[in-house]
Amino acid sequence: MSYLGHAFMIIGALFCFLGGLGILRMPDVYNRIQAGTKAVTLGSLSIFLGVGILQPEWWPKLVTITGFLLVTTPVGSSAIARAFLKSGIKPWQKPGTPIQEIEQGLGQGLGQGQEPEK
Amino acid sequence: MDKGPSQFITIFLSSLLLWLLLAGSVQSEEIIAGIVISLIATFLTISRTSLFDAIHFSPLFPFYIFLFLASFFKALFIANLDMARRVISPSLPIEPGLVRVKTGLQSELGKLLLANSITLTPGTLSVDVDGDEILVHWISCPADMNTAIATEKIAEAFEKHIRRFLK
Repeated sequence: MSYLGHAFMIIGALFCFLGGLGILRMPDVYNRIQAGTKAVTLGSLSIFLGVGILQPEWWPKLVTITGFLLVTTPVGSSAIARAFLKSGIKPWQKPGTPIQEIEQGLGQGLGQGQEPEK
Repeated sequence: MDKGPSQFITIFLSSLLLWLLLAGSVQSEEIIAGIVISLIATFLTISRTSLFDAIHFSPLFPFYIFLFLASFFKALFIANLDMARRVISPSLPIEPGLVRVKTGLQSELGKLLLANSITLTPGTLSVDVDGDEILVHWISCPADMNTAIATEKIAEAFEKHIRRFLK
């Protein structure tokens, strides 16, 4: 049983590592947020599962932490992405793909703030 | 403002549940203290709590939440494997783009839940919520993408689940 717990913790650490690697490799801030958010969420859940197997009396607190983590992580990453979009950072696009209509994507965001620097 | 008994029960049960989880034990003193504190908290906050207004109460409510959570965790798991694959591949196979997704959910809680689910599922990140549209950054956005197709691919599955218990 203790091996199972350790295995889950190692898997969790591996996913967190992949999240970090993703943050290094991705070309722009939006893709970095994506890599950071998802891999680290599952990584943390897996670590919690491993801890819960090793220390069964900690289950209630681990469930609480999981609940808060699942609600706050996406809200935080959305808020960061929204702040970047409103300050005029354009999403990176693969060279050769048609340029997207950014104005449509930005919505009313730019009109309220200042113009992005060219 | 007058709220029905189902509102009262929801707020009471969620605060009691949080109390018990944080206390981490099921001794009778803990439970009695939790019930008293939750009742006080519910009486004090019920007139100002608008978070639970959106819930459709029905006998199957817990079952629908369970269905939603099951599909959510499945999507979360797939999302992570997908992200791991993209990060490890030497060629970095991403084609990011922004798309708008339409939602039929009216309530703030419903939109929050949908946007959060979108963020934690394969290759998509909610950037902004604007009226009935959610702006999504999609990591593998085909060039000829439009709102209708994107809605079908990204939001439909979750919305179907959420709509059963939220307005």
